[in-house]
Amino acid sequence: MSLALYEVKDILEAEVLVGSNLLDKKVDAACGSDLMSDVLSFVKSHTLLLTGLTNQHVIRTAEVLDVSAIVFVRGKIPGQDIIDLAVEKSIVLMTTSYTLFEACGKLYMAGLPGKSGQA
Amino acid sequence: MLTGDRENIIELSYPVAPNDFSAAGDVSAKVKMLLKHLGIDAAIVRRAAIACYEAELNLVIHSYGGYIRLTVSPDEIIIKAEDTGPGIPDIDLAMTAGYSTAPETARELGFGAGMGLPNIKRCADVFEIRSEVGQGTYLTIIIHHD
Repeated sequence: MSLALYEVKDILEAEVLVGSNLLDKKVDAACGSDLMSDVLSFVKSHTLLLTGLTNQHVIRTAEVLDVSAIVFVRGKIPGQDIIDLAVEKSIVLMTTSYTLFEACGKLYMAGLPGKSGQA
Repeated sequence: MLTGDRENIIELSYPVAPNDFSAAGDVSAKVKMLLKHLGIDAAIVRRAAIACYEAELNLVIHSYGGYIRLTVSPDEIIIKAEDTGPGIPDIDLAMTAGYSTAPETARELGFGAGMGLPNIKRCADVFEIRSEVGQGTYLTIIIHHD
């Protein structure tokens, strides 16, 4: 099961901050965490990252992991320097007013798995 | 793609400054781009990039400063992280998932959860760590790519 980013946007009623031309890309899993240490340990490629953290290390971590899209939860909007970095790295950024728990739940109900325990 | 002769071995060295969180990740981004350009398989590049990023973050968070040294041969990617201290008193403890001595400054950024060394080991085919208190820590990560 995978979801296109435009479907993620609809499900989360999200606003696209960066990469509105990249919404045809698909993700086949998602990870919700504010701990980049854990994200680095558990995230597989083609994964959507949901987080409430908005510093530049979220983008850098996403880049290292080949994460193509990040959803900021609780209505958070990162600073312009973060947005510029995402543009440079072609990483899609969205923001949703849902909490991390709610946003993850909605995507999970739509069929997007977590892929824990898989290589 | 790399070929078999010695001339095609790439060796690069990058300094990493202590506590410079704004630059943390720069070395790993360069290493990742280089490995990609060499035509190395994307899954291998990803493992190397994760290991390199974790090692770089450790240097920024914990060390007095150090170097990331990259060697790419036709069949191996070798990443070495060396610093000048303070050293790790108990390596077994440092290797335990969840154990961390990272300061609040690192935790605020989402790091320092005690997952770094175990994650490096997971990404590596060969993982070696040596450390001496007051001297420094020496990490060797080898990833096969042929």
